[in-house]
Amino acid sequence: MKQFLSFVKKEFYHVFRDKKTLLLLFGLPIVQIVLFGFALTNEIKNAEIAIFDLAHDPMSHQITERIKANSTFLVRQYLTHPGDIEQIFKSSNTKLVVVFPSELQTNWARGTQTQIQVIADASDPNTAQTLSSYINLIVMQYQSELTRRTNIPYQIVPEVRMIYNPELKGATNFVPGVMSLVLLLICMMMTSVSIVKEKESGTMEVLLVSPFNPFLVIISKTVPYLLISILNLIVILLLSVYLLGVDINGNVFLLMAESTLFIITALSMGLLISSVTESQQTAMLISLLGMLVPAILLTGFMFPIENMPIALQWISNIIPSKWYYIIVKSVMIKGLGFASIWKETLILMGMTLFLLALSLKKFKTHLE
Amino acid sequence: MRNEIVIKTQNLSKHFGSFAAVDQISFEVYKGEIFGFLGANGAGKTTAMRMLCGLSLPTSGQASIAGFDIYRQTESIKKHIGYMSQKFSLYEDLTVIENIRFFGGIYGLAPEVIKSKTESLVERLGMSQVKMQLVKSLPLGWKQKLAFSVAILHQPQIVFLDEPTGGVDPITRRQFWDLIYQAADEGITVFVTTHYMDEAEYCHRVSMMVDGQIKALDTPAQLKKIYNEDSMDEVFYRLARGAKRQAD
Repeated sequence: MKQFLSFVKKEFYHVFRDKKTLLLLFGLPIVQIVLFGFALTNEIKNAEIAIFDLAHDPMSHQITERIKANSTFLVRQYLTHPGDIEQIFKSSNTKLVVVFPSELQTNWARGTQTQIQVIADASDPNTAQTLSSYINLIVMQYQSELTRRTNIPYQIVPEVRMIYNPELKGATNFVPGVMSLVLLLICMMMTSVSIVKEKESGTMEVLLVSPFNPFLVIISKTVPYLLISILNLIVILLLSVYLLGVDINGNVFLLMAESTLFIITALSMGLLISSVTESQQTAMLISLLGMLVPAILLTGFMFPIENMPIALQWISNIIPSKWYYIIVKSVMIKGLGFASIWKETLILMGMTLFLLALSLKKFKTHLE
Repeated sequence: MRNEIVIKTQNLSKHFGSFAAVDQISFEVYKGEIFGFLGANGAGKTTAMRMLCGLSLPTSGQASIAGFDIYRQTESIKKHIGYMSQKFSLYEDLTVIENIRFFGGIYGLAPEVIKSKTESLVERLGMSQVKMQLVKSLPLGWKQKLAFSVAILHQPQIVFLDEPTGGVDPITRRQFWDLIYQAADEGITVFVTTHYMDEAEYCHRVSMMVDGQIKALDTPAQLKKIYNEDSMDEVFYRLARGAKRQAD
């Protein structure tokens, strides 16, 4: 035990002496949270739009007012000529133009078909899609209020409710994703690199000749990263609650326990990598390309897994991050209890045991 | 000093597939002896040494180290040997003191023992001025002396040195050998591999390994007499010339 402690102490020296890595260890989660929470969000705010109003009647004005009141849009210009429409797309950052036809209100009151034209810059299809559907929503809402007043009975208006995340905040989606990424990166890459470093420098041989148990060697190398990861986890959760306004709806202790499980999963992945590689570069490449990229792509927080080809959907099942992501979303966002995530927990546990057993076995054969 | 055997091997072999890296070597090393283990690159020195240290299991043959069996008592062997690898084997990002404490710690020395040993060791090596400095800031010669001292910190019966003086200037090498003699005087058996034939002259006895086998084993003086050569260099050259294996 005393030997173990002096080993762990040494590991902490390594971590704290390497200022660059230390910065990475603690800076990374903060940068990621801020990046994903603010910069890479898929909500749109203050999109510049223009209005081309040929009607100039109360109805067109009311709709314009509603669009202006919406924080998604920022009405930059009022156009006067049809030719201006193309011009404004080319010359400015305008994303969308709303065209009100002449005699809008008159036509509507008469009951004839009335149309409002929405022209969007589809060079960014996602934004165009989102913006135009927002305009659609505003117009529909306006219309339904009008019809309610005049009591036209045959209108079907779907009432959409966004549950769990009523404001459609992007951060709700990204926080669990960032948690799975950061923990994976730190635990897997740092552990594998630090073990391989000992192999490279020749100190591993010296350790193996010593009476110190070889398994304790690798276990004690994971301890600092385990502690740092838990610290990072707390930082991420604090940032998400106080900076991004994403609350922890479920049990905090359950969330911590599940995260610790995932940290151990990632550590065992790191051990496995280190037991099959001989150089730090290889370890880093395998961690980044072989493990991290699939984790980003196939976890479900960047691209919905449901839309992927069946083969990829299958592959996504063997990625531990996917299960952790589901767990965090369930506990943190939906506020569910252990009863609804026991299956995912079990899968993650099974993966961890498998990885741990495999890496210890590989490590042992390496001694021969 | 010639009576107590601390290393004894009998037909010790290590095969990798059909390749016999070490081919039935048998020899004995006595307590307090400085035993030179020579051979060209690829002759099987490192493989043999790894077996003796318990880093790798032999394919066949017998060996006992410090009275312990190489198959069944590797844990006891590890407690009684020291090892200094070919690569520099201290932690560069730890200070002199921290390195000594760490290795003392993993050999299970008591904190008081580590403390007193650290002080006397730093004193003896003349490193009092730099004891709080990171090891990477020290010159190579100092590092190697420190590594050797750390390897015998727990007073092992045998210390294995794998090409300990690679890349070191002649003066530092001479000083390094002073440390080796000191250790031998204290009763520690030194098992050393080297490429430098002047160092072979410093050994009490040397063995010459060619193609996985020991081709000659005697005192340097006797070897020169047998092969009728003036220097160990010439002896080594005559023996190694017949090697079939290409150096790697």
